[in-house]
Formats: sequence, C-alpha cells, structure tokens
Amino acid sequence: MPATKLSKVAQDQASRVFDLDVSSLRELNQALHNLTPGSNETAWEVLHPKGSHSVAVGVDQPVTIDVRGSVGYYCAGMNDGATITVHGSAGPGVGENMMSGSIVIKGDASQYAGATGRGGLLVIEGNASSRCGISMKGIDIVVHGNIGHMSAFMAQSGNLVVLGDAGDALGDSIYEARLFVRGKVESLGADCIAKEMRAEHIDLLQGLLDRAGVTGVKPSEFKRYGSARTLYNFNIDNADAY
Amino acid sequence: MCGIVGLFLKDKSLEPQLGSMLSQMLISLSDRGPDSAGIAIYGATSKNEAKITIQSAKPERDFHGLDAELAKAIGAPVSIAVKSTHAVLRTAPYKVDAAREALQSIRPDVRIMGAGEAVEIYKEVGLPEAVVDRFDVRSMTGTHGIGHTRMATESAVTTMGAHPFSTGADQCLVHNGSLSNHNNVRRELRREGMTFETENDTEVAAAYLSSQMAHGKNLGEALEGTLSDLDGFFTFVVGTKNGFGVVRDPIACKPAVMAETDQYVAFGSEYRALTKLPGIDNARVWEPEPATVYFWEH
Repeated sequence: MPATKLSKVAQDQASRVFDLDVSSLRELNQALHNLTPGSNETAWEVLHPKGSHSVAVGVDQPVTIDVRGSVGYYCAGMNDGATITVHGSAGPGVGENMMSGSIVIKGDASQYAGATGRGGLLVIEGNASSRCGISMKGIDIVVHGNIGHMSAFMAQSGNLVVLGDAGDALGDSIYEARLFVRGKVESLGADCIAKEMRAEHIDLLQGLLDRAGVTGVKPSEFKRYGSARTLYNFNIDNADAY
Repeated sequence: MCGIVGLFLKDKSLEPQLGSMLSQMLISLSDRGPDSAGIAIYGATSKNEAKITIQSAKPERDFHGLDAELAKAIGAPVSIAVKSTHAVLRTAPYKVDAAREALQSIRPDVRIMGAGEAVEIYKEVGLPEAVVDRFDVRSMTGTHGIGHTRMATESAVTTMGAHPFSTGADQCLVHNGSLSNHNNVRRELRREGMTFETENDTEVAAAYLSSQMAHGKNLGEALEGTLSDLDGFFTFVVGTKNGFGVVRDPIACKPAVMAETDQYVAFGSEYRALTKLPGIDNARVWEPEPATVYFWEH
C-alpha cells in the first residue's frame, strides 16, 4: 500500500465525523462520554449543528472537537480537558462551568459565556454578550471583541481579558477575579475599581494573550480592574443597599 | 420561555414563500412553548379594502351568514373568508369602526384579533405545527410577519391568551418574558377606558402601546416608553403595516438573534429558527442590544 494511502486510512481511524443531519445529538454526546483514557479517537468533527443545544457537553477526555457551524445553548458545558472549536457562533451559556481544556468560538457568543467556569481557557474571537464570565471561579476568558453588561458579576477568581469594550456594571460585586479591558468600560459595578498594572500583571496578561493566539496587541494597552474589597464583610452602613 | 420569530422580506420574489418560511421558523422553536401559537401575516394592501380578523369558539354558528348581516348593519359590502376558528372580513376602510361596533351586537361572542389594511392574525391553543396547519399559514403570501409559541406563565392557556396581540390598526405584538407590574398598568389603562379580554401580561403591553400612540406618540416612541414604564422581562417584536420592530428590556435575559441579508431581515429567539433561511451561512447574524429599539420598514 502506498504511504499516502496508508496515512489516509490512519487519519480516518483517528477522526470521527458526526453529522447531526444524520445522527442525533444524544448519539454524539454519548459517544463522547464513552471515551476512555488513551482512546485513539482523538479528533472529532461535528457537522450541521444548526443551532442545536448542548453540543459536546460534559467531555472529560483530551480530544479535539471541531464543530462546523453555529450552536445553541450550553455548548461545551462542563468541558474537562477537551479542545473544542466552534466554527460559527454560540448561543447562551457556552462553556458553562468548564473545568479544564479549551474552547474557541470563531464567531460571537451570546449571554453568560463561561459562567461559573472553574478552569481552562475560553476564547471568543467575536463579541460576547451580557454576563460574560458571571460567577467565574478560575477560568480564563479572552474576548477579541466587546462584552455586554453585567460581565464578571460576582466573579471569584480567574482572568477575563477583553480586547474591545465592556458594557455597563462590569465586575459588580467582584471577588478576586482579574479583569483586563483594552477599550472603553461603560460603567463599573458595585465594588469594582480600576487598579494599577504591575509587572506581574503584564506578564500574566502576555501569557494569556499568547495562549489565546492574540498577536499585535500589547499588555500595556489594557487597564486592570478588580475588587475594592469593601463588600467582603457586612457593614451596617450598607444596610440600605440590601 | 416562549419562542418568537419575525421575518421581513426585502426581496419580492420571496413573498409567495413568506407563510412557509415563517411557519418553519416558528415550528423549529416548538419546545420553547407548547401551549399555544400564533402568527400575524402582512399581505397585499388595497386602499379600498380593510381586513378584520375575527375568532369564534363556535365558528359554524357565528360565521354563517355573517357577511350579509354585517353588510346590512353597516350599509356597505362585506366579504368573509373562513379559516377554521378564524375568519377575515373585508370591507371599506372607513367602515371598520362601524363593523366593530355592529359585531358586538349581532355576534357578541366573536372576538376581534386585529384589523388593518394588511394584517391577518391567527392564534390558537396547540403546538405551532397544529396551529399553522389549522390556518393553512404555509400557503400565505406577504411582505412580513411575526409569530409566537407560548409557554404560559402569567395567565391561562386560552386562544385569547395566545399571541400576537393587536395594538392598533395593522399593528401587533409578540412577547417573550413576563411583566411584573402588569396589574398596576392594567388598572391605570382601565381608568383611561381601555378594555381587556384576559389577565395576560402581554395584553397589557399591547394596550400600553395603543394608549401611548393614542396620546400622539409614534410606535418608536411608544416602544421607548416600555423601557421605563413596564417592569419585568421582555423581548418584544412588533409588526406594523410597513415593517417590524424589536426591543429588549435593559437586563435582556430573554434571548434574541437577528440575521440580515440582501433578501430579508429575520428575528428568532434562537439561531435554530434561522438555520433554514436562504443564504443564512453568509448572513450578518447578531444579538440585538438591550434597551435599544430596532426598526425595519419598507
């Protein structure tokens, strides 16, 4: 057998293609959940997602999944180790509660992208909508475009990097997450303040930009925002605010 | 939940397919609301003719001979086209108010869904596919239309609680969300003399828009008013004689996606509703901003 043909066969064995026009979403997700450590099925391709909900949720093996088209709610939720790329836009709740791995959205993401994420990297190459990174708990999120209002609400840890602008009430009631915004911030939420960019933050941000494949943008172009830490303990003077 | 769709055609060659395109969009969102569904289609207009869409729980009794009786009552020709529980009455535009009044006395159980030069409104309890089949919506032609599939939260599952709600001549409204101050607003509007068919929150939003416009505001200004006067969650899509508009509340937790090509502007609660539209892969697709009024007109 000629070498070229052999490599084609090897590629077919390693790559599994799921056409959602033919197979059901449940079959796709079950096949992904059936993966065991060391499986040879490391490359997956999903065709015709056509806005389906819950595409590739709960994957816990280090496989790559390319979704060819736009998806609906909750794509790649709870991802734990997979590298998932959506070649289109994503509906609400993409990458919700991601544990580890990476998710790349080539288009836009709707509301609460990366919500409650505990780890891994979420890259949105277009714009994200409202509540991006809400209650994030360790995830890193890099948005090439803009983010909507109430983003990073109650964000606990992790990093949110925005190359464009941020909407109203950024970082409302934020804990220890770090927010880096290159453009304009419409307004800051309660207890969120601009902070000094120290050398350690420049290094951290450079690392995040590198991991997200962002080139031609310098960390010094960003401002850092974080918690003023005045809401950590109950203060009787704030009683009216509750 | 609830699912809403809107489709505004720029390309006249698509007009014969409006009903089928809008039906497909609405059916794709069936799992967002299985209770009841409705659709408003804006068809060809004629200066000499107005349309009144009516509904009856007993169509055989109420629609039989209605054209002749109504014509006699208002002193002008009336035609009737019956579609299941609904019928479209056609008469001279200046006779619409007289016809509304006459209907109250000669057919007290008949409800008016909407009226105008262009609009026809059909809504019923059931899944979108059943509602679309019942009224043969797929065969309808038109320039634009809006649709709704309901998951009831604020009031009973009835025909009159389904959307769209008429807000005035050739105007109607569909809503995804729930209003929290609708009882107060309804009381205020009742004091102004407005009447309500249901306990439904969206009917209040529709009546609010009608009231604002009766006070001299245009539809855009009336929609701006919803942002300050209505409390709760909403994505509204409104149909007008020439186009359609979209507004979301400032929190904007109810989903919305729009797509535009040279052929159309389309709205869906989700991208799923748009996937079968022609040229969607190359359309400009975006999420409408919160607290922002969008309008497309012919």
